[in-house]
Amino acid sequence: MTRQTQRWVEWLIERALLLCAAGSVLITAGIIGALAFETVSFFREVPITEFLFGTVWTPLFYDAQFGVLPLVGGTILVSVIAMAVAMPAGLLSAIYLSEYAPPRVRRVVKPVMEILAGVPTIVFGYFALLFVTPLLQRVLPDLALFNALSPGLVMGIMILPLVSSLSEDALHAVPTGLREGAYALGATRMQAALRVVVPAAFSGISASFILAMSRAIGETMIVAIAAGQQPRLTANPLQPVETMTAYIVQVSMGDMPTGSIGYRTIFAVGTLLFLMTFVLNLISDWLRRRFREQYA
Amino acid sequence: MTTVLRPLSTLTTGAPHPATPVKIDVQGMNFYYGAKQALSDITISLNANVVTAFIGPSGCGKSTFLRTLNRMNDIIPGTRLEGRITIDGEDIYAPSTDVVGLRRRVGMVFQKSNPFPKSIFENIAYGLRINGLATSRSDMEGRIEESLKAAAIWDEVKDRLTESAQALSGGQQQRLCIARALAIQPEILLMDEPASALDPIATQRIEELIYELKSTYTIVIVTHNMQQAARVSDRTAFFWLGRLVESGPTATIFTNPAEKLTEDYVTGRFG
Repeated sequence: MTRQTQRWVEWLIERALLLCAAGSVLITAGIIGALAFETVSFFREVPITEFLFGTVWTPLFYDAQFGVLPLVGGTILVSVIAMAVAMPAGLLSAIYLSEYAPPRVRRVVKPVMEILAGVPTIVFGYFALLFVTPLLQRVLPDLALFNALSPGLVMGIMILPLVSSLSEDALHAVPTGLREGAYALGATRMQAALRVVVPAAFSGISASFILAMSRAIGETMIVAIAAGQQPRLTANPLQPVETMTAYIVQVSMGDMPTGSIGYRTIFAVGTLLFLMTFVLNLISDWLRRRFREQYA
Repeated sequence: MTTVLRPLSTLTTGAPHPATPVKIDVQGMNFYYGAKQALSDITISLNANVVTAFIGPSGCGKSTFLRTLNRMNDIIPGTRLEGRITIDGEDIYAPSTDVVGLRRRVGMVFQKSNPFPKSIFENIAYGLRINGLATSRSDMEGRIEESLKAAAIWDEVKDRLTESAQALSGGQQQRLCIARALAIQPEILLMDEPASALDPIATQRIEELIYELKSTYTIVIVTHNMQQAARVSDRTAFFWLGRLVESGPTATIFTNPAEKLTEDYVTGRFG
């Protein structure tokens, strides 16, 4: 190859790579654009205050009402149950892996746990519906077939590796000098871990919690399968609820005519969902950056 | 070091051999990191209420030796110790030893100051709490004030006890770490190059502090800086390649050492 052709090929490759990079950015922008466009059309017909503060969600009925709170409530209820499982269990396993486990155990357990994160969520969904719910019904006879509790618990197990892995990274990044400082004062391993290392990793750990919360809110298959399709503003985890994601699945799978108000609801709900997870991700990112600065 | 705070010729080393009882006794100690031997056949006695300086070039094992005295090396996987180390006649490597209790008696100040990311108050309170030393809030406050005073930092921080310790300067952080170690009333204070990251003024304050603490504590200080060893210590031990070459009164080590190697090192011919 002559110097001339080499330079030309180099130019071509550079342009091709730029195109690939620009492509993914443009597609994302396009998705947000489409979401925004349909959402704006929706709010031409439904006042935004009715959407945000209404407590009845019956967009497909003859007497349609567009209060999104039951969907938001269902989403939050399931996510809170999931976090109630994932935060303590994830943090404790992170503390074990970072502060107690011999390096050999850590090398094995950490990747194995991360495999849990690779299980398809539909498997978790059927696991919740066909295994966990019947099991729970033996203890809680009032538990409906579709309910918030069972998918919440299973979702907690699903996001547990995320919490554990990210929290473990945060604990591991705490300088050894702090641990030695605690040990030198006569601290036991637990006193060093709980009162020095965990507080020192606090921002990194909260970043992992918030990221997990964002994952829980956006999670779809488990709740679509096991939580039900009844938009209901309730704090009772034994009843069926519908989450925002499950609603979008329900309508997308149905035969809603394009351009109808019912069709546009999924974009309005989708935008709200996007904003919620986006804000959580920003907070998590900010916390993680602050944590990194602390121990750079 | 640009500031020589006290000239070498005016060494104040007290009695040639201290008349205090032996506090730490080390007999035929070998130490290994995995397969690598870091210390060979160390035998030395350290007396109570005496400042002993460990000197020697980087990697000679002086810090490793210091860390065997409160079993801080235990937290590094794969380390192993042979021989015998006793404190007040008690074998600290005996299987029945309470390591946590040992570390309470043998305080440590590290090369890199390591205040906890908590307030100044909480940094000191931590050691008091985990050891159950304070009986009440006012007792706690009293002990914190006392230890901050003992570490000569009280006047600088008394109005900002609730502020983060990490906002303090390097020298202040190190004195806070000394205060933290003193608060739990150890008998022995190990100092691993406590002034190596500090400017001359902060270094001088730490050195003056060591001089004052001597009456209460048995102090072992590792230092790179020979003027510092000469200024603060009563006795000096010179290490080279994992061996203890010689130890004795600081004046003797610096002016009339028995070994040629020691003389070469203290006169700056190598190291």
